[in-house]
Amino acid sequence: MSDPVPTPQSGVAQDVSSAPRVPVSSFVSNLREYGLVLALIAIMVFFQFTTGTLFKPVNLSNLVQQNSFIIVMALGMLLVIVSGHIDLSVGSVAGFIGALAAMMMVIWPVGPFLGNPLVVSILCILIGGAIGAAQGYWIAYHRIPSFIVTLAGMLVFRGMCQGLLGGGSSVGPLPDSFKLLSSGFLPDIIGPLTLVPPIVNAAGKTIVGSGVVLHMTTVVLGLAGVLAYVFFGLRSRRTRERHGYAAEPFALFVVKTLVVAALTLFLVYQFAVYRGFPIVLVVMAILIAVFVFVTRKTTIGRRVYAMGGNIKAAQLSGIKTERLTLFVFINMGMLSALGGLIIAARLGQAVPAAGLGSELDVIAAVFIGGASAMGGVGQVISSVVGGFIMGVMNNGMSIMGVNVDWQQVVKGLVLLGAVIFDVYNKNKG
Amino acid sequence: MASYILEMRDITKTFPGVKALSNVNLQVEEGEIHAICGENGAGKSTLMKVLSGVYPAGDYEGQIIYRDQECHFRGIHDSEHKGIVIIHQELALVPMLSIAENIFLGNEHAKFGVIDWDANEARTRDLLKKVGLSEDPKTLITNIGTGKQQLVEIAKALSKEVELLILDEPTASLSEKDSQALLDLLLEFKRQGITSIIISHKLNEINRVADHVTVIRDGRTIETLDRSQISEDRIITSMVGRSLEDRYPPRDPKIGEVIFEVKNWSVYHPLHAERQVIKNIDINVQKGEVVGIAGLMGAGRTEFAMSLFGRSYGRKITGEVFLHGKPIDVSTVGKAVERGLAYVTEDRKVFGLNLIDDIKNNITIANLKGVSGLGVIDDLKELDVANDYRRKTNIRSSSVFQKTGNLSGGNQQKVVLSKWLFANPEVLILDEPTRGIDVGAKYEIYTIIARLAAEGRAIIVISSEMPELLGISDRIYVMNEGRIVGEMASSDASQEKIMRAIVRGEGRAAS
Repeated sequence: MSDPVPTPQSGVAQDVSSAPRVPVSSFVSNLREYGLVLALIAIMVFFQFTTGTLFKPVNLSNLVQQNSFIIVMALGMLLVIVSGHIDLSVGSVAGFIGALAAMMMVIWPVGPFLGNPLVVSILCILIGGAIGAAQGYWIAYHRIPSFIVTLAGMLVFRGMCQGLLGGGSSVGPLPDSFKLLSSGFLPDIIGPLTLVPPIVNAAGKTIVGSGVVLHMTTVVLGLAGVLAYVFFGLRSRRTRERHGYAAEPFALFVVKTLVVAALTLFLVYQFAVYRGFPIVLVVMAILIAVFVFVTRKTTIGRRVYAMGGNIKAAQLSGIKTERLTLFVFINMGMLSALGGLIIAARLGQAVPAAGLGSELDVIAAVFIGGASAMGGVGQVISSVVGGFIMGVMNNGMSIMGVNVDWQQVVKGLVLLGAVIFDVYNKNKG
Repeated sequence: MASYILEMRDITKTFPGVKALSNVNLQVEEGEIHAICGENGAGKSTLMKVLSGVYPAGDYEGQIIYRDQECHFRGIHDSEHKGIVIIHQELALVPMLSIAENIFLGNEHAKFGVIDWDANEARTRDLLKKVGLSEDPKTLITNIGTGKQQLVEIAKALSKEVELLILDEPTASLSEKDSQALLDLLLEFKRQGITSIIISHKLNEINRVADHVTVIRDGRTIETLDRSQISEDRIITSMVGRSLEDRYPPRDPKIGEVIFEVKNWSVYHPLHAERQVIKNIDINVQKGEVVGIAGLMGAGRTEFAMSLFGRSYGRKITGEVFLHGKPIDVSTVGKAVERGLAYVTEDRKVFGLNLIDDIKNNITIANLKGVSGLGVIDDLKELDVANDYRRKTNIRSSSVFQKTGNLSGGNQQKVVLSKWLFANPEVLILDEPTRGIDVGAKYEIYTIIARLAAEGRAIIVISSEMPELLGISDRIYVMNEGRIVGEMASSDASQEKIMRAIVRGEGRAAS
């Protein structure tokens, strides 16, 4: 139809008329993410100065191995919080699954197949999914508030964890092949490369600075990752431009890519001169990539955000919110189980207190990462960075010899500060 | 020359980047009803916020002279202390507290912090009587309708010894009947010497009660009309800056065969299982036809539409739905959308939009399949779609990345419309499509409706504004108390005829 629409050109004050085809928001919306990464780097540099050991290769590996279960569970928690819920049971579920895995591998005569660490791990993750489904069912289909359902779950599964282990005892030792999940390193299939041969001094000790041997598989994987990052970044720029949408300024793109690449290569180098990538880091990296993809690129991710933003509007748009909520909790349950396996593998045994209180670290990681308690807002990468901020503070303060009680105080204040900063920024913007 | 109770002189208020008000002048006479008109975003609400102290003195330039005294209000307390009370569009009542508790919230009759409930309730009863309510003061706010809630707000204002009452869109969510009662109340206050300022989009109401009308456009005072000059056309001309020859776009309806049909549709209340809300409704819509559903608030029109759309309302739903003569399954929203139905809600903020997300994501959410393959979204395709609809429906925003929560009502409505247009429905149900949006945006929405009908879709429009229904539809069903009580071609329909059908229907229901 071609009839002229009489658009009253009265300035509707809040609307800006002419429309540039530039995603103005791309930089602004990422500003917070950059800020968070800068905060993490600042904290790391601070601890490097005060302790002198934070960036040491062996400590970086420790850092990853100590915090990986928090990060893994934070990936699930992000979806839970974005969808407008909360899950308080993850620490207890992790403890329970750790106990279950230990019982299967060490105590119960389940036979060599069912006792195999890999089979046990898969079964445990499935059981974690079932636990998530059991809780999610009440939340999704009977509208019982998630706070209450998972508070009950927190009590139930902590109790079951302790009951399974027979009161206060611990169960172990776990098979070495299982422990690889947390303490193992990627095998060097390419073979080591000696950069600087070790020089032995008169006393028979290796001189500091010599004896640099690179774990080549790690180097190659790291380089491949960086190249892929640059390649996909360039390609997405080109397709955007071909479609007539201006991408972010080229200078910004170059600076961003260079900084990310340099940081990554620095970390890769640090891992390579030690024992290579820890296995758990690889597991974590794959999961992070999967969840970034799911939340940014898939319809299911988009629907979770829509549901968290306005559940009624989502329902009236044809989104099956009940099923989606159930899915979110099943996912959380599976990741809690994986978290439990990682904890048990690191300790080498199952203990009644495994994962105790970790739900709060996980939730804190997601909120430091900028997720909204109201739902609908939150990013995977930010939550991961939030998790690392918590982890680096734990690690750094421990090395500094800060009392555990005071560590809690500092972490609490950082959480509060991060959220206040967010709210303040939102009101100002 | 009458004396002014209030003069606002050269009020200028700037927000970062925007001049919301520039040199606005307003003069209100003692004991009159003064209307303020203007499009959404023209600056009406900002002006009232300046007056009531929401924007404290010093935040704006200009003078406020109240009862011959220059005032510098630092907050709502200051202005209320002087007897200026503002009732906002969004009611500020606590749903789970009683009427009495709400009226005296923060202002309770109490001794040493202990509330004297008897005194509160007695006083509440007096106040309620003044506004024509006979409710028990202990009734919870959540249990009374919006119309009565509005009256409670006014009673609350009276409790503060109001001299100048400001009402921001008081009838926006009221039925015709409740609106009339409210306007009568304003006239009654006028007789008692209370001055009122009323902000409204409903020109017929202004026409009825206002002594003066001040029109604001683009943050400036355009003119003040006195009683003898007030007419709807005059106000519209002044609001949009030129005359809108026709408030409705011209149409040349090409009506084809029946494509959508509902037979014997019945629905029960979701909570009160024995209450039948929709009673054996039969309707049909032809290809290229715009069918209106008229009725008073509470007639069951929204309930009917939502129950059709994937059983989003009600229980024990029975009846059949046909598309092109074949029965279709619309038992979930997903199925309804797949079969070609779309429902544009009357409450876009609650049911229509994800206000914390951007325009793009809101437009594609009901048809993500259209921009994805194997569950993976094609970003560029999505961006193209969003920009396409932004242009087609003339959404005014900086880009498709703007949050919908920051848009004006009219533009929000266009986003909701875009969302459903992208789902490409054959049958489009529009529930109060122009509620709370300005004249210019209304015309744009009407144009979109006309275009959709011309494309051969079947359109159902639910509206409480009868002139609008008469203006845009080809045929009108009249609903009352869950039944269809009349059906007429718009060519021989009129407001009186519709009202008669409703009243007749009411008589029938009562007998």
